[in-house]
Amino acid sequence: MAEIRIETLQKQFGEFIAVKESSFTVADGEFFVMLGPSGCGKTTTLRMIAGLELPTSGKIFLGNEDVTFKRARERDIAFVFQLFALYPHMNVRANIGFPLACQGVARSEIRSRVEETARLLRIDHLLDKPVSGLAGGDRQRVALGRAIVRRPLAFLMDEPLGALDSEFREIMCHELRALHDRIGATTVYVTHDQLEAMSMADKIVVMNHGVVEQFATPQQIYDRPATMFVAAFIGSPPMNFLKFEGAIEPGASSIRINGAAVDLPPVREGVTQRSLALGVRPEHIRFADAGPLQGMVDGTEYLGTTQIVTVTTDHGSLKARVGADMRLKPGEKVWLRLTSDRLSLFDAASGRAIPSALHHARQGGVHG
Amino acid sequence: MAEVRIEGVSKRFAKTVAVEDMSIHVPDGAFVVLLGPTGAGKTTTLRLVAGLEQCDTGRVTIGGEDMTRAAPAVRDVAFVFQQYSLYPHLSVFDNLAFPLRSPTRRVAEPDIKRRVTEIAEMLRIPHKLQSRATQLSGGEMQRVAIGRALVRRPSIFLMDEPLSSLDAKLRADLRLELKRIQAELGATILYVTHDQIEAMTMATAIGVLAQGRLVQFADPRSIYSDPDSIYVATRLGSPRINLMPAEALPVSGAPKGTHTIGARTEHIGIAPIAGGGIAGKVMRIEHLGDQSHLHVSVAGQQLTVLVDPHSVPSVGDEVGIRLNNALFFDGDGRRLRAA
Repeated sequence: MAEIRIETLQKQFGEFIAVKESSFTVADGEFFVMLGPSGCGKTTTLRMIAGLELPTSGKIFLGNEDVTFKRARERDIAFVFQLFALYPHMNVRANIGFPLACQGVARSEIRSRVEETARLLRIDHLLDKPVSGLAGGDRQRVALGRAIVRRPLAFLMDEPLGALDSEFREIMCHELRALHDRIGATTVYVTHDQLEAMSMADKIVVMNHGVVEQFATPQQIYDRPATMFVAAFIGSPPMNFLKFEGAIEPGASSIRINGAAVDLPPVREGVTQRSLALGVRPEHIRFADAGPLQGMVDGTEYLGTTQIVTVTTDHGSLKARVGADMRLKPGEKVWLRLTSDRLSLFDAASGRAIPSALHHARQGGVHG
Repeated sequence: MAEVRIEGVSKRFAKTVAVEDMSIHVPDGAFVVLLGPTGAGKTTTLRLVAGLEQCDTGRVTIGGEDMTRAAPAVRDVAFVFQQYSLYPHLSVFDNLAFPLRSPTRRVAEPDIKRRVTEIAEMLRIPHKLQSRATQLSGGEMQRVAIGRALVRRPSIFLMDEPLSSLDAKLRADLRLELKRIQAELGATILYVTHDQIEAMTMATAIGVLAQGRLVQFADPRSIYSDPDSIYVATRLGSPRINLMPAEALPVSGAPKGTHTIGARTEHIGIAPIAGGGIAGKVMRIEHLGDQSHLHVSVAGQQLTVLVDPHSVPSVGDEVGIRLNNALFFDGDGRRLRAA
C-alpha cells in the first residue's frame, strides 16, 4: 500500500483545460473521494493517476516513486470501472484468478489467493458457479475480487456504483467501505454523489471546472465550506444563501441584512462594500415567535425523523430542516432564528468564504 | 375530481398473481401513493384503474360509477408515465393543447388558450410555450407531460413513477411543485413509486404493497411511527430501522411472543458506558454533515444510531445504549402492540 501525491497537475485537451494545477495527497490506507459534477475533471485526474492519460504538466507520485510518465501497466494500481465486465465463459474462481494467471503466478498460489479474496468479499460459496447466473450484486463483488486479488498499491474506482438503483447502492456503499476497513488499501474513488462521498470518505476533494475547490474531511467540508460552490454541492437540501450588500469590519460579529441584524462568528478579515452571501445550513434555521427574519411557509416535506420546510422570505426562498413533530401549514407566518455560531459568510462575486472564527479550528488544508 | 374505489380486485398473468384481493379507497382530493419494490403490483393496480388491464375479479368505481368493464377513454382518467412522451414536432403550447383538441372533447380555441396558459403558469414554464418539445431539458419535458394531464381536468390522475428518470435536484424541485399543484387544484392523485422519499413527502395516504397485496394503508406519519409489520417498518426510514433478535437485547416491556425488536436510528440513546445501559462498541462513524451515523456493535448485533455531528464519540469507544420507542414483532414479522 502507498501514499499518492498529486503536485500541480494540469491536463489540457487543445484549448480546453480539463484539470488545472491540482494538488492533493492521498494518505496511505485512506479512502479518498474525488467529488464533483460531470465535467469537473475528476475522472481525468483519476485516469492520469492510473496512467491512462498523460498530464500536460505536474507530477504524480505513487509511494515515493515518480510515476508521472510511466505506463499504466508499470504502475501497481487496480482500476475498477463503472460497468463491470466479467468473462461469461468462466466461473467465478477463474474470473477472480484471471489477473494472477496472466502474471504467471503458480496455480497453488492463485488458488489460495482467490479463496482468500472470496472470503473477504463473502462470496466463497459462489466460487465454482458460472458468472452468467449471478445476481447484480454478486457480479460486482466478483469484479471487485478481480481487482483485489492482485494486491495492488492502490485501487482507483470510477463511479463503481453509478449503474445501481438507490437501495442497492446504499448496501454496496457500506460493503465497499467495510471491505476497505478490512484490507486497508489506499483507495481513490470518483463520484458525483455527495451522499456517497460523505458516507464513505476519510477525505474528500471537491472539484469544479478542473479546479480543486476544497480538500478536507467530510465534516470539515460540510461545516466550513471554502466556497459557495462547495456549500451548494454538499448537503441535501444544500446550504441556503441570503444575498445582501454590505461592508464588514474585521472582528465584526453581527451583520445587517436589509435592516435585519444577524449574529455570526467573528469575522477575521474585513471587506469593503460589496455583494455578500450569508450561508445557512437547513438545520441551522429554527422557527420562533420572534426573530430578525420573517417568512411564510411555502410547503413542508415529511421525512420521518425530520421535515424540510420551504419558507419564502424577503431575502429569497429558504429551506429549513426541523423536527417532524412540528405541524406547519402552507401560508403560515414564521420567524426564523439562525444558529449564529454555524453561519458562513461568502464574497458573492468570488464565491470564496470570508475567514471567521468558524474557520479557526480548521485542521485540513483548503486549496484552490 | 372524484373519489376512486378499488374493491377486492385480483389480477393474474398466466400463473403469476400480480394483484390479489386489493381494496383501496382514494378519497376525493387525496394524494395516495402506492409504495413497494419492483413486482409488488403497484403499476398493475394503476393500469387496472386506468382500464389498460381488465380485473379478473373485483370492482373499480370512479366517482361512484362502476367502471370495472368500461373502456379507458370513458373513465375520465389521465395517466402520466415514467417516460414522458411528447410530440417532438409540436411546440410546448400544442403539446399541452393536444388533449383538448381531441375530436371527442370539442373545446373552443379561446378556452384552450386560457387553460394552456393557466397550466403553464402553474408549472412555471409560460416562457417556454413557443419552444419545440425537443428544445426542453428533461425536467421541463416532464413538466409538460404532467401539464398535458392537468389541462384535461380528469376525475383522477394516475402517475407511474413520473419523477424517476430525473436527476436528484430536479426530482426534489418537482416533488414540491407537484404537491403544491395538487393542493391548488384539489386534484385526486393515485401515484406509484418505489421511492420512500416521494411517498413520505407528497402523500396524504400511503398504501404499502407487498407481492400484490395491500399490507398497510395510512398517512405517512402513521406508517413511519406505527407500522403493522417488519416489512412496512423497513419501507420507510433511511438508514433503515434496526432489527435485532429479542434474545440478543434485554428490553423491558416486550410483549409475550416477541421475536424481533425494531428501533429506528433516532430512537437509540448513546451515552458513556459509565452511565449504564446496554454495553456496545463504536465500530465506525459516518459523517453526513447535518447528522452522523454511528455503527455500534451490541451483543453481536450491528446497530446504526443517529447522533448529533458535534457530539460524536470515537471509533473504539465503549458506550451505553438505551432503546426508546422500541417496536416489537412476532416470529412472522407482525407487529405486537403492548396491551
